[in-house]
Order: sequence, then structure tokens, then C-alpha cells
Amino acid sequence: MNALLVLSIAGIAALFSGFSNNKKLTFAIVLLALAAVFTVNALDWNTSVRHFNDMLFVDNYAVAFTGVMTLTTFFIFALFVDYKESVEVPNAEIFTLLFFSLAGGVMLVSYSNLLMLFLGIEILSIPLYILAGSKRHTLTSNEAAVKYFLLGAFASAFLLFGIVLIYGVTASFHIDTIAAYIKNTNGQTPALLVAGMFMLIAGLGFKISAAPFHFWTPDVYQGSPTIATTFMSTVVKTAGVGAFFRLFAYAFPAITAEWIPTLAVLAALTMTVGNVTAVFQSSVKRMLAYSGIAHAGYLLIALVSLSSNPASSVLYYLIAYSVSTVCAFAVLMVVQHVSGSEEVDGFKGLSKRSPFLAFITTVAFISLAGIPPTAGFFAKFYLFSGAVKAGHLWLTIIAVLNSCIAIYYYFRVITAVYSSGSDSAPVELGTVQKAVMIVTAVLAVALGLFPEMIISLL
Amino acid sequence: MENISAQITQVAPLEHYILLSAVLFSLGVLGVLLRRNVIVMFMSIELMLNACNLLLAAFSAFHSSAAGQVFVFFIMIVAAAEVAVGLAIIVMLYRNIHSIDINELSKLKW
Repeated sequence: MNALLVLSIAGIAALFSGFSNNKKLTFAIVLLALAAVFTVNALDWNTSVRHFNDMLFVDNYAVAFTGVMTLTTFFIFALFVDYKESVEVPNAEIFTLLFFSLAGGVMLVSYSNLLMLFLGIEILSIPLYILAGSKRHTLTSNEAAVKYFLLGAFASAFLLFGIVLIYGVTASFHIDTIAAYIKNTNGQTPALLVAGMFMLIAGLGFKISAAPFHFWTPDVYQGSPTIATTFMSTVVKTAGVGAFFRLFAYAFPAITAEWIPTLAVLAALTMTVGNVTAVFQSSVKRMLAYSGIAHAGYLLIALVSLSSNPASSVLYYLIAYSVSTVCAFAVLMVVQHVSGSEEVDGFKGLSKRSPFLAFITTVAFISLAGIPPTAGFFAKFYLFSGAVKAGHLWLTIIAVLNSCIAIYYYFRVITAVYSSGSDSAPVELGTVQKAVMIVTAVLAVALGLFPEMIISLL
Repeated sequence: MENISAQITQVAPLEHYILLSAVLFSLGVLGVLLRRNVIVMFMSIELMLNACNLLLAAFSAFHSSAAGQVFVFFIMIVAAAEVAVGLAIIVMLYRNIHSIDINELSKLKW
């Protein structure tokens, strides 16, 4: 909970630091603030306190997910130091928006009342609507903002109606009370409650871009400035999956028969749509958007195999996915700047221009594809073995087949990097940029070598 | 609170409130899906939110619990924040393309 307070104050501090017109001061303030958030959050470990009249329940689950989001945001902020793409909004304001958005994310992983779920989603999304459109004079950015805004508000209305229906049946917004109510009905769950639950699935499915609700994702990811895209595809996904998992693990464990078949179909559909469409993309940014959809599909498998207690494998998957994605986007930002395009062809000849960058690209995409010894492999391994334990063999087979498709399009980028290109001027990298790439790449490998560090946490 | 609850269900049974809200909500959904003007779509979303508000107030009276009515205030605040951001985005769009027709937005395609 203290993390939430520090984050809100940090957001305001970042906004005022913009008055100084001193970029270095702003960076120092925001990076220190994030380090403080991380520390304060870590101090809550093993305390499990309920805050604000039982609105938030900061258990180890919440602390771990907040930690992942804070760390990812730290990398993203650090990438901003050497960021070249022109964003027509002052740096300080972008940091403020990201801080507030992260605060929404923290609420999403620690709520114990559906009111906080709703507020968390809105606080997470509203700053992002602005960020998506922050390149004011670029039409693609405008389009991304309008689409994200309209569809985001549309989806939250569904989420809201779901919450209202559940309240109508159970007379409470508290997830423990709802769970107790469902338990007492002994299998005779009122239809209104089930309808509400499915509307919640639709609203949350939109946030994590699950398959029938994913249409906004590629457009928004491609049109937004790359720094916002990085945040959306890592932190927002972590928060969304965290909220989704928390809701179904805490509120609806008694009626798994009602929602597991639906979510299983959603998972299979999401993986397949994401991976198959990603194969046909020529823009790496758009490809990463579809790959994000595919990863949401894998994560839904964890939800379906709730009986195998998958909280820690979800956490591990999200860490692995976040560091690899940040690493991939860090490379993409550089390539976008030096070659002027985000197409796969822009990566051609990168190994000649900068062997370091080529190596980092390889690590990032290998980890995203899920090839040992990187974290991406073990993340998939734990998720899929949990699904087998819970008895979803067909889902696991689809997931493995999908992982094979994924290898194809990830390797298209890697082969482009090592093929010869027309341009041969060496690529200059900023120090901080280089540091972020090294740290995320090392993390992607180290987490793969020592998965127990995370798996034993929850 | 019990008083209100009794009065409200005397005037009209709870099912009527649920039905009315569901109809309003569906009208909002249809508006978003069928209309191509960004502002009208936005109004339809507000209609969906207000359908939720109405239902929340009805349930709140029915259950004699104030939580639902408090929730309504939060929805109003969030809706106001969304209006601020949403209208800003629409103005930005209008300045660039001199139109608020959603069909004009087709730069991003796969």
C-alpha cells in the first residue's frame, strides 16, 4: 500500500520537476522514486495487511506482481534517457502519466473489492489514452489514441455492468463475500451472477488483449510512440493478467465448471490468432503486438489450470516475458532510429553494424520464442506442465504447436540481423541504453538458469 | 434505508429496473457498433455507464446497502475524467483531419 502512496507522490513530483527544464534532474527524480517504490513495496513482503477498510489486500501475490511492474517501468524509464523518437510532450509529463498508470496497475494486482478493480483499470488506462496520442501531429498516433480510447471505454462499460450484476445477486463488492455467497448456493448459481462473470471476462479480456477482443491491439501498439508501446505490452499486460487471475482465483473458485471451458477456448483462440497473424507481419512493432496477443493466450492457460496452483508460474512467465519484451523493444527503438523504419528489413546487416546489438537481439527473440536456456523456455515449461497436471492435455498440445509457429517469425528477425544489408555505418549506442539492454538480456538468461528463485516465491 | 427499499419495490418490481437498464445498455452497445461519428459513439458509451448507474441505484435500494450508491459516485467521477481525456483526443483528431468520422481512420491496417 505504501508503494501506492509513494507512486502517487512521485507522479506529482515528476510533474513539478518539469518546471526546472533540467532533463537530468527529472531523470534522477523519477529513477530514484521508482527505486523507492520498489524498496517500500519489498518491505511489505510476508505482512499481508488489509488497507482502506478492506479495499486493498496486500498479500505476497500483490507484492510480487507490483515488484515485477516496478522493475519493468524502471527499465522503460531508463530507456527514455537515450530515446530518439520525437514525442511532442515534455518528458516530465510522460513520466507523470506513466507513474499514475503504474499506480492503477498496483491497485489492479492488490484489490479485494470490485470497486478497486474498476478504479484500477480506469487509472491504468486513462493516462495511456493520452500517451498513445502523444505524437499530436502524426495521424497514426491520433488513430491509435481514438481507437484505444473508444474501445477501452467500451470494454470498461462491460466490466462495470458485470460488476453491477454480481452486486445485484450477492449484495457485496468484496471478493471474499462473493466467493462465500457462491459457495453457499451449492451449485445453484443464479444466472444473473454467471452473466456478470462473463461480462467481467469480456472487460478484462480486452485489457490483456485476449482473442475475440484483441482487434485494437495491433493498431494501438503500432501507432503509439514506441516507449508507450513498450509500457502497454509489458506493465499493462502484467497488471491485466494479475487482476484476471486474482479475480478468478479468489472470487470464483467454487464454480470452475462455469468458466473453465470458456476460458480454455479463449486461450486456444488467442494463441492461434496471435501466432498465425504474427507470421504475416512485415513490421516488427506490429509483429511484437501479435506476439503479445499470443503470450496472453499462454497466460490464460494458467488461469484454466487453476487446480495446479499456478500463481508462481504466472509470475515467472510475466517476468520472463517482460524482460525479453523490454529488451526487444530497446533494440527496435535503435533500429527505428538508424534505419528509419520498423520493418524486418531494417534489421538487415545489423550484425556488421553492431555485433553487440545483434547479440542482444538474438537473446531477446530466443527468449520470446521460448528456447532453452533462456527464461522464456522455462516459463512455458512451468505453464504447460501445470496445464497437464490439471488435465488439459488438448490445450497443452495446441500451445506447443503454437510455440513452434512462434519460432518461425521470431527467427525471421534473427536471420535478418545476420544477413547482409546495404547500410554499413556503425551504430552508436547511449550508455544507459546499452546498460538496460545488457541487464535485461542477462536477466533473461539468468532467470532461465535459476528458475527456482522465482518459482519458490509464491 | 429499509423504508426506501419497500417503497421502491412497491412502485415497480426489481425486474423492471433490470430490464430497463439492460435495454439502455444494449442501446449504448448498438450505438457504439453502428454509428460512425466519434462523438455519438462516445455518447453511447456514456449511455452504457448510466445504465450501470441506474441499475446500481436500484440494487442498492433493493438490498438496503449503501455500497452501490457510493459506487455510483465513483463511476460519475471516472466518467468525467474520461470525458476530459476523450474530448481532448477528439479535438486533436479534428484539428488534423477536419472530420470526426471513424471511417477516416484507416492508416493502420495489416
